[in-house]
Amino acid sequence: MLKKIEAIIREDKLNDIKDALSEVGIKGMNISEVRGRGRQGGITLSGRSGTYQVDLLPKLQLNIILSEHNVDKTVEAIVQAGSTGRAGDGLIFIYPVEEVIRIRTGERGHDAVMYPGDIDEKAKKK
Amino acid sequence: MQGINTGDTAWILVCCSLVLLMTPGLAFFYGGMVRKKNLLSTLTLSYVFMALIGVQWLLYGYSLAFGHDIGGFIGGLNYLGFNNVGITPSPDYASTIPHQVFASFQMMFAVITPALITGAFVERVRFKSFLLFSLLWATLVYDPLCHWVWGKGGWLAVRGLLDFAGGTVVHISAGFSALAFAMVIGPRRGFPKVPMEPNNIPYTVLGTGLLWVGWFGFNAGSALSANGVAGGALLATNTSAAGAALVWILLSWLDGRPSLLGMVTGMVVGLAAVTPASGFVTPLAALFIGMVAAPISYYAIRFRINRQLDESLDVWACHGLASTWGMIATGLFATTAANPGGANGLFYGNAAQLPIQLLGVVVTMVFAFGVTYILAKVLDMSIGLRVNHMEEEVGLDISGHGERAYS
Repeated sequence: MLKKIEAIIREDKLNDIKDALSEVGIKGMNISEVRGRGRQGGITLSGRSGTYQVDLLPKLQLNIILSEHNVDKTVEAIVQAGSTGRAGDGLIFIYPVEEVIRIRTGERGHDAVMYPGDIDEKAKKK
Repeated sequence: MQGINTGDTAWILVCCSLVLLMTPGLAFFYGGMVRKKNLLSTLTLSYVFMALIGVQWLLYGYSLAFGHDIGGFIGGLNYLGFNNVGITPSPDYASTIPHQVFASFQMMFAVITPALITGAFVERVRFKSFLLFSLLWATLVYDPLCHWVWGKGGWLAVRGLLDFAGGTVVHISAGFSALAFAMVIGPRRGFPKVPMEPNNIPYTVLGTGLLWVGWFGFNAGSALSANGVAGGALLATNTSAAGAALVWILLSWLDGRPSLLGMVTGMVVGLAAVTPASGFVTPLAALFIGMVAAPISYYAIRFRINRQLDESLDVWACHGLASTWGMIATGLFATTAANPGGANGLFYGNAAQLPIQLLGVVVTMVFAFGVTYILAKVLDMSIGLRVNHMEEEVGLDISGHGERAYS
């Protein structure tokens, strides 16, 4: 069973999270720039005369497709590296994925998300 | 008639180029402050005047402004199509440079003035109505006003109004026209609830740089000669911009953080304020003019926002009011030590100058505001000033011009 992790994170936590994921063997991902709001609310920006409020903040969304048995370790890495303890750290969503096809080879399912040195190979070595 | 002076001619040719460059500068100054979907539209609103007035001024604008005086109110038709505007000096203006150079230098002022007004109605104006308004405004407001203040025999000129480079003709007229137009066209959809974030503050900063440099041509060039008055005007211009920017940084810091958008706004305010005074005052007076202009415009913007009036890019607060102060300050600080061809102000023992300055200010405000309000209202009721809701939501770049700034 394949899953998709969508993690909304702080822009300034990207490098920490990437490093932590790399550590557990999650290398593949893509990132989109998003804007959103939650408990953190907005920010105050300077205008020409005084300040004004912006209620949508820039965040990053990490998209990772992986096998179900690797989800817990991955989520743990993101939470550990991405948390500051203040409102605005973000949210993680997990969805089922129907199918994955690697365009280069036509591989499907678990094979399509595997790569050398990934989280499963690391687990085997241990 | 004296002969042509090559130094003067060279200098005014350079100034002509500097003032022309202010219109692209203004385009980017404004362009940076609108939303991304209206960037090209906003650039168009300024740039198009290089085309529109480039032709209008040649065909009849110059003649209405600087032609043979008719009753103090308008120039005659003797310079239609630059007829009789040749390579020798004009009998009435700038006796040491070719008439064509004088007329071209004046053209650049006629180009940028209506471009200033566009800050009032960006992001929602219908292009066709805007073009028609602009041509009418140039003909019915700019050309007559220019004649009153700078034309030989103009009724404010003969009363001794001091306006060195366009406090009334350019900045108060643009500022109060902007106010009138904004009141007629109404706010952008979502204003003031939805924050209208600037799409590219670096463009605004770049535009300010071009404006400041161009303003040397605008003010120092208005000496119409490469002489001491030009030098004094250049120094006054620089000093006022610097002083206003420093105060603006301080004001924005006290309200939060020292904002760059605030700093460059302060620079433009200082430049607009000193424009009418630049050739008549000492550098220290210019410093005072700039430093006082900053809080006037700063709190005028606040007042405008609190009144929920969407005069979007604050032409009224930044140009109209700063130059109003500049015109009054000219009546206080003008000294014949700075310009023997000028007059003394109140602080130099001449109490008669200030009332003339006030007259010029009030006449310009009422005339520009009134004619613009009527023009805008008539156009609004006939062909419509605004784009429709969907066009506004999509943005004027796509809906109005079929282009987008970034692909």
